[in-house]
Amino acid sequence: MTDASALLLALSIPTAAMFLIAAAGSRPNIRDGISIVASIATFAVVLRLLQSVIGGARPSVTLVEVMPGLVINFSIEPLGMLFATVASGLWIVTAIYSIGYMRGAQEKKQTRFYICFALAIASALAIAFSGNLFTLFIFYEVLTISTYPLVAHKETPEARAGARVYLGILMTTSILFLLVAVIWTWNLTGTMEFRAGGILEGHIDPVYVPFLLALFAFGIGKAALMPFHRWLPAAMVAPTPVSALLHAVAVVKAGVFTMLKVGTYIFGVGFLSRTGASDWLIWVAGASILIASVIALTKDDLKARLAYSTVSQLSYITLGVALANQMGVIGGSMHIVMHAMGKITLFMCAGAIYVAVHKTKVSELDGLGRKMPVTFICFTIASLSIIGLPPFGGAWSKWYLLLSAAEAEQLVAIGILMLSSLLNVAYLLSIPGRAFFAPQKGQAAVSGGVEEAPLFCLVPICVTALGCIVLFFAAGGLYEYLLSIPILPEATP
Amino acid sequence: MIALIEANLPALQVVLPLVAAPICAMLGKGNRAWAFATFAAFLTFAISISLFIATYGGEVIPYEMGGWAPPLGIEYRVDVLNAFVLMIISGMAALVLPYARRSVALEIPADRQPLFYTAFLVCMTGLLGVTITGDAFNVFVFLEISSLSTYALVAAGAWRNQRALTAAYNYLIMGTIGATFFVIGIGMLYMITGTLNIADLSTRIANHGDSSTLRMGFVFIFIGIGLKLAMFPLHLWLPNAYTFAPSAVTAFIAATATKVAIYVLLRFMFTVFGFDYEFQAATLENVLLPVAIIAMFAASLVAIFQDDLKRMLAYSSIAQIGYMLLGLAFLTPTGLMATIVHLFNHAVTKGALFMIAGCYILAAGTSSISGLRGIGRDMPWTTAAFVVGGMGLIGLPLTVGFVSKWYLVQAALELGWWPVALLIMASSLLAVVYVWRVVEAAYLQPAPEGVTRKEAPLSMLVPAWILVGLSIWFGVNATLTTTAASRAADVLIGSSQILWEE
Repeated sequence: MTDASALLLALSIPTAAMFLIAAAGSRPNIRDGISIVASIATFAVVLRLLQSVIGGARPSVTLVEVMPGLVINFSIEPLGMLFATVASGLWIVTAIYSIGYMRGAQEKKQTRFYICFALAIASALAIAFSGNLFTLFIFYEVLTISTYPLVAHKETPEARAGARVYLGILMTTSILFLLVAVIWTWNLTGTMEFRAGGILEGHIDPVYVPFLLALFAFGIGKAALMPFHRWLPAAMVAPTPVSALLHAVAVVKAGVFTMLKVGTYIFGVGFLSRTGASDWLIWVAGASILIASVIALTKDDLKARLAYSTVSQLSYITLGVALANQMGVIGGSMHIVMHAMGKITLFMCAGAIYVAVHKTKVSELDGLGRKMPVTFICFTIASLSIIGLPPFGGAWSKWYLLLSAAEAEQLVAIGILMLSSLLNVAYLLSIPGRAFFAPQKGQAAVSGGVEEAPLFCLVPICVTALGCIVLFFAAGGLYEYLLSIPILPEATP
Repeated sequence: MIALIEANLPALQVVLPLVAAPICAMLGKGNRAWAFATFAAFLTFAISISLFIATYGGEVIPYEMGGWAPPLGIEYRVDVLNAFVLMIISGMAALVLPYARRSVALEIPADRQPLFYTAFLVCMTGLLGVTITGDAFNVFVFLEISSLSTYALVAAGAWRNQRALTAAYNYLIMGTIGATFFVIGIGMLYMITGTLNIADLSTRIANHGDSSTLRMGFVFIFIGIGLKLAMFPLHLWLPNAYTFAPSAVTAFIAATATKVAIYVLLRFMFTVFGFDYEFQAATLENVLLPVAIIAMFAASLVAIFQDDLKRMLAYSSIAQIGYMLLGLAFLTPTGLMATIVHLFNHAVTKGALFMIAGCYILAAGTSSISGLRGIGRDMPWTTAAFVVGGMGLIGLPLTVGFVSKWYLVQAALELGWWPVALLIMASSLLAVVYVWRVVEAAYLQPAPEGVTRKEAPLSMLVPAWILVGLSIWFGVNATLTTTAASRAADVLIGSSQILWEE
């Protein structure tokens, strides 16, 4: 199998799974089996591609020319490969978890759910492999549309309202800002290609660079930069597996991934730091980090708190882009992995709590730690990783972001990162704290003993919590890998 | 024999449906009239395709009607621009007629059906004639042929809803005023130049230079056609006409009639008056540009608050016409190209959506959005088609609407007209709102109690899905349409590269 055909295969497995799931709709066991098999197969192919990319291969496939000069092209480079690995790897975990959750919570219309889920994964992979900005934009929109039914899944008035906010904000930002930015870039440079060192230098009057960057930064609504973050908490009406995979991994990471891509391959970090065009973004991202953390503190709803935590954590990555140096890109990319592993664990724990005892509020969790020890231990591990303490993965990405801020001599950014870690402690650790140490209230105290969620839910949680620890030790290799992201323009012979 | 047919294709393009029309009227009740009309439409479509292929490379086919040499005789003149429009018209007819059988059977009494198909063919003849002819007065004649038959077709909706009669009457009055303005304008051009042949007019006007008569002529023609194409604020006839006409008629005229009027506007502005006519350029920038932008917003806003699906789509059409006029008002090659490519793209999208509205009327007996709650479950194929068609209307990637929007915004940015680019995007967000209202009702709301609805018949679904498929196909691979559109824009600009003498 050549690399190029592996690339197409990785995209077509989830697409094909969609149709198979639709066909097997009436037989739940076969249907869910297909979704697990597809996720494993996809991950295997992606790993095979990862191996080639580490070996230096850069497979590329052009599908079709949509308009003169504008082609749908997939090309793999290290950054996209990383995102694809994270998304497809965690799909397996979520696929297993969904079965436990959807059956345990007795959700309706599960076939539609799995179809849209597979389509969302396919488009996330397509985003990861996009060879040019045009392709990336197309699948960015496909991802928005394919996740809408997932958010609206429950069909209650709240679900409809949440889904409306979700679609409204993501569409508004992408059509109003991102598409304009894309077409502007095309007008300026006549190319859409992702090129090392960026394509804009020499084609744009430096005065306009901050404006174009603003169109991108706010246009990529999936990165949830404030004030366009409202969709993320609104999307929490979705069933938990959706929140876990899509709103902790695929969708939001597609957003910050796009940010990284644009920063590295369209603007070029060198160009950004020379023109100082991204300095304002440090402040906006920093504000986003702190404000979202403070809001998270005030939320009693568990999923809402996690959602605001995500908003805050995503801005770390945007901050990495805004710092405009190699460390920033590496720290940001690494944070994609670390945060994904931690946040998916947290969301799955929230789902497990809902399935087992039907609690959704932080204030209702008092004393639950004794009832669901595994869940809450995993919750603690993931929280510590997100806070950024060793020996958990999150420590490294924060470390590199701090290095980057030091390199850029942005003391403000260093201060923000420090302060944010403290806030993380406050809003995350208080949850297992209450569960383990606060006395049980009301009638719940009567029933003793361990009462965990189904195994289908529990095993994935343990796997990802373990992942948080493994990543701490694997960070060295990851760093080596991320060094291969080209930062400087290729020397022209 | 084949050589003879080939030599006379331009004439046959119009004559064939014209001759087929009265035959249709004589075929009597039953499906014979329908079958014959469909057959004629297919043949006409075949002719259009061969004309398009013959002119795609940039060739021009002149044809002297009855052997009378222009400028005295009437000349038909086919180039890539009008071949493109001819293909839209006859292609839509060839799709709408198969669709029409079931829909018309429901909406029109059996004894009137042959007359209905006759009027349909006459309407098609008129539209084709307007497009193909190279003679200004002939444009007027064919425009009236198509309009008069359209009034009758709209009125045929009266068996379903009496209000179709007032809608048709309203359309008749407005359409006639438009036609009168148009013919007065042509009269003024004739006063100046003494000719009615478009190519001849073009050179003579260029030699004549600017004058107040020419300006008056321009204004009369601009307003006359503006009425026909429902340019805001001359659009008042359109919503009712589209809402109350029989479904098949709405699908056909929404996809073709306004497009043909846009074509006439393009032809007169750029071939007759010339690309570099200063008075025209000033009018476009100061009048057409704001009017187009207001249309994009006002009509979309009104569309959001409609309960009737057809009415909502009708207002959306007015907004989409705004996009086409906007591209024209940029007065750049990219802008013109955006307009021309959107002619096709909007025809496909809106044709599909109106067909789907017709499916709902047939199967659910209503086109009101509140009546369509939960219909996604009962009519999955129809509703899926609506979702994809609606995405085309919004202009999401991988649909034709995206291609149009891309070029429109590109044209605005090329001029450095920032605010306009943002306005185009902002108005398409309004489309998200009105399309999604329907999607939400269809999928996420429970069906009203005690209604039974089943999927629309295949004869209606297949044409609708063909259009939806085209909207995807030319959204993924737009090389053919964009090339044709850019060549057509070249034709328009090239034909007016004649220097003005003051």
